[in-house]
Amino acid sequence: MKIRRVGTAGLLIECADAQRVEDWRAELWRRRSAGELRVVEIVPGARTVLLDGVAPGTAEALPGWEPAPGGIQSEGPLVEIHTVFDGEDLASVADLWGVTVDTAVRRLVETPLTVAFSGFAPGFAYLRGLADEWAVPRLAAPRPRVPAGSVALAGGYAGIYPTASPGGWRLVGRTDQNLFDVRREHPALLTPGTRVRLVAM
Amino acid sequence: MITVLRAGPLTTVQDLGRPGWAHLGVPRSGALDAPALRLANRFVGNPDDAAGLETTMLGCTLRFERPTLVAVTGAVADIDVDFRPVERLRGCQLFAVPAGGVVDVKRATRGVRSYLAVAGGIAVEPVLGSRSTDTLSGLGPPRLADGDTLPIGVPTAAPTLVGEPARPYGELVLGIRLGPRDDWFDTAGLFGSPYRISPLSNRVGSRLAGTAVTRTRAGELPSEGVVLGAVQVPADGQPIIFLADHPTTGGYPVVGVIDDVAPLAQAQPGTTVRFRELD
Repeated sequence: MKIRRVGTAGLLIECADAQRVEDWRAELWRRRSAGELRVVEIVPGARTVLLDGVAPGTAEALPGWEPAPGGIQSEGPLVEIHTVFDGEDLASVADLWGVTVDTAVRRLVETPLTVAFSGFAPGFAYLRGLADEWAVPRLAAPRPRVPAGSVALAGGYAGIYPTASPGGWRLVGRTDQNLFDVRREHPALLTPGTRVRLVAM
Repeated sequence: MITVLRAGPLTTVQDLGRPGWAHLGVPRSGALDAPALRLANRFVGNPDDAAGLETTMLGCTLRFERPTLVAVTGAVADIDVDFRPVERLRGCQLFAVPAGGVVDVKRATRGVRSYLAVAGGIAVEPVLGSRSTDTLSGLGPPRLADGDTLPIGVPTAAPTLVGEPARPYGELVLGIRLGPRDDWFDTAGLFGSPYRISPLSNRVGSRLAGTAVTRTRAGELPSEGVVLGAVQVPADGQPIIFLADHPTTGGYPVVGVIDDVAPLAQAQPGTTVRFRELD
């Protein structure tokens, strides 16, 4: 673990892999709930956890809070995403994987996914769990408009567009579920640590 | 109630933003020149986090249904109330608008963004605890359009007289703390010849044009959380300084973080910018 300073009130914890990011995120959220950590934001990334708006002394306390190796094993909530697999890029994804479309869909529904971090847009979750060798490149030219609810792949991640926006991810399907609603007590359906299963409709 | 007669190129409702949601991908948003909004709120007796209006370069024109106390801070701009000019004192135009009165905030002669506070605050519905328009994600009320109406809240306290924080409008010297990814760059270029504010700058970030900051290592950075004032360096080496509507995570390395973004809110395109390293 390495801690980097970010401006006057930020700290960036570098982690060995995505599982350590999840371990740290869960540990820091727990300590914040317990009143041991005062911070404005805890933002997981692909290999880092950012603390923004920390109280003095936090950098010194962090090394003593390192989660036990092997992880906390506290499982996040499970959310099923009902997905129609008819994305415009599903065939190209199957080609990149060297399998049939049916096999590609089976992989997507059989792979347990976890929200690694959020970004790009409110409620947009980067889902990890797909095998490294299934990583697919972004489209050469992003689409000017990807519909809300599009289930898509890029890099080693799966993601679901909460709102219509431009986007370069490869579309494999779509869902009717509302990923982000500011009127809900918990606006985002998918938050860091949430476990996700894609269910074919 | 306020009726928008002329919205101007980009006038938005802004308070101090919605920090605390970055882990869901929700930008902080809020007034770009937060000290100026706080000042305007204090002049009319509002709490610091009351919502006001942020104009961009060309001001806006508003009609007030009821008599209202109004303060305008930030960019230096002439203001007429019912075609009569209002004097600027202590960095603020503070005036009472009669019922049916029309306030015209004109083109900024120095600075970019004016902050208009009304006693009681702009009372649009908050979203995730804030009334700010987020131009990146679309959260909050839409930018003002001609003919819009805005509700005003109930004044809570008496106005106070306060002083303006000193604000230079010429060349900017920005204090920067290197990191977290300064080891990806030859940082000498950052402190060499000055940069200029690009006209492509907006509420998401101030784009700088000048000497490219060169990378000393190849490869891509996995996406990571970024903070207000982060100086991100994309592939072309031209730095972008993140302002209030910045994305919550980014895939380009951040060479350093500046300690105060408010001066950038008032920096017109072409303004010269230098960096000074803080320890």
